[in-house]
Amino acid sequence: MSDVERLLLRQEVEEFLYREAELLDERRYEEWLELLTDDVRYFMPMRRNVPHDETEREFTREGVDVSWFDEGKDTLTRRVRQILTGIHWAEEPPSRICHMISNVQVLGAGPPGPSGTEIAVKSRFLVYRNRVETETDVLVGKREDLLRRVNGGFKLARRRIVLDQSVLLAKNLTFFF
Amino acid sequence: MALMKHLNGLVDVDRGIISREIFVNEDIYRAEQEQVFARAWLFIGHESQIRNPGDYLVSSMGEESVILCRDRSGRVHVFLNSCRHRGMKVCRYDEGNTIEFQCPYHGWSYATDGTLVGVPFAKDAYGAQLDRSQWGLIEVARLEVYKSTVWATWDRSAPSFLDYIGGYKVYLDLLLDAWDGREGGTEAIGGIHKWLVPCNWKFPAENFSGDRYHGVSHRSVDMVGIGPSGQSRRDMGERNQARWLDVSFPELGHSMIAFLRPHDAPLAPAYQDAPVVADYFRRCEEERKRRRGDSWRLFGGPGTMFPNTSPLARQPRTLAVWHPRGPHQTEVWRWYFVDADAPPEVKDFLRHYYIRYSGPSGLTEQDDMENWNYAHKASRGTIARQHPYNYEMGLGRSTRAFEDHGLTLPGAITDVTVANASEHNQRGFYRRWRQFMEASSWDELR
Repeated sequence: MSDVERLLLRQEVEEFLYREAELLDERRYEEWLELLTDDVRYFMPMRRNVPHDETEREFTREGVDVSWFDEGKDTLTRRVRQILTGIHWAEEPPSRICHMISNVQVLGAGPPGPSGTEIAVKSRFLVYRNRVETETDVLVGKREDLLRRVNGGFKLARRRIVLDQSVLLAKNLTFFF
Repeated sequence: MALMKHLNGLVDVDRGIISREIFVNEDIYRAEQEQVFARAWLFIGHESQIRNPGDYLVSSMGEESVILCRDRSGRVHVFLNSCRHRGMKVCRYDEGNTIEFQCPYHGWSYATDGTLVGVPFAKDAYGAQLDRSQWGLIEVARLEVYKSTVWATWDRSAPSFLDYIGGYKVYLDLLLDAWDGREGGTEAIGGIHKWLVPCNWKFPAENFSGDRYHGVSHRSVDMVGIGPSGQSRRDMGERNQARWLDVSFPELGHSMIAFLRPHDAPLAPAYQDAPVVADYFRRCEEERKRRRGDSWRLFGGPGTMFPNTSPLARQPRTLAVWHPRGPHQTEVWRWYFVDADAPPEVKDFLRHYYIRYSGPSGLTEQDDMENWNYAHKASRGTIARQHPYNYEMGLGRSTRAFEDHGLTLPGAITDVTVANASEHNQRGFYRRWRQFMEASSWDELR
């Protein structure tokens, strides 16, 4: 890939991630769901405090352990539908949320997916959530994504969210990273 | 304590009137640490998390950090996580395996049986002064491994664990026995949900003790449908034809919502989203009928074991501990159970169901926490505190002689099938809470 092609790809990836953040912040959840492939995996492990040389125990294991999120398109859709009922009290009145995405790294072609090449992307997030009067959460961490080429654009095929906390310092996770 | 004399005015379970003070008052909270958490039997962890010698899991008893571990000879221990010398935590990892626990401050080290084995400069600095046998890790007074769950108490004069649970054993076993009716056999799925909720620990404890009244909290998840058969949040087939029971043991403080299926009930379809799972549970239920006879038809719902451990026997199968972190905060630890010998597809299906139901990312539990958060917040005001809460629902409707087609059940039971709900279980919880707060020792609690 030439330097120019790399630049253009990074631009395209960033625009996708910022557009995704925009949809979430504007509560356009159904449009956000359309950015996900039908076979999307959305996984957020829990973290443990372990000795520096035992990092294999640090994260809960996908497909084996209990985690914060271990979702497919169906359960993500149900989460959105729950918010849209207007009586999901944890999100009614709705929170004010701001996704700040940075440190975007295009890591190159990921493993071949069912529709061809997927692009591995890493980014960092700061998700600020404020609700009701003074309730505020700031959650920070990393995202490891696989973006799949679909109709000339991208869709999110896989996201692994790495939150930099062990005990969750928020009372709930009613929003998306 | 002068405060304790005021409890008479704060907690009146006979009339069902309870003051908001008990949730927000700093003095009451401090007293609870000694009167309740230093005396009661508390849940520590699951044996499957410390399978091998040297395995450890850091847990919590009340506010305090404790180490659950298995020593070299295979014995289970629970120690206060604090060096005897100057207090530093001797274990700062969440779980793992170790030969000994070493303090990072001055290097005292302890074997997994709590013995003080290593003291730097022992000969030169201490000479014969230090009697190591007196300075091992502080161990709980009593420990019990009951059907793979580990419980402990700091109080030497506490009753045995089996006496502590008394007749509640029948209901606790609904969580801990195998689905096919064999005794015990659970394992904890790896990973414990741990998170903070801004409310007093008694809000979730009393909710789980048996609140059939808060359907509106969960209307949104019922509409969306996350249940194992695609609808609602649970399998309603088996529940809709049952008798619903608020079961309480007021002299012990424990309670549970249970449902009793009709004596001539056919097996109800459940777990319809996955034929492999539906089939497995159908076979388990048939086996359970064979093993248990008529008592097969008793099923468990949410409950609370006094003071702060809440089992939920079925859909989802989970246990939460509401750790006190000041009067205005609770740190929840939530475990999820399956039968150890269930097929992998069943465990996987349940794991997905459990985490979309419970915990901070659980579509059901999220709305509970919103309510506990702001109910607590509203209880703090000067004017608010002057106005007690109403716990009158279902006063005078319980029986100690429950019977259904020849099946008798222990406990003080209110049938809420028609009434939908009662606050019988909450009153039992607070009756016992008040006894603990007023008692000067276990002699007054028996």
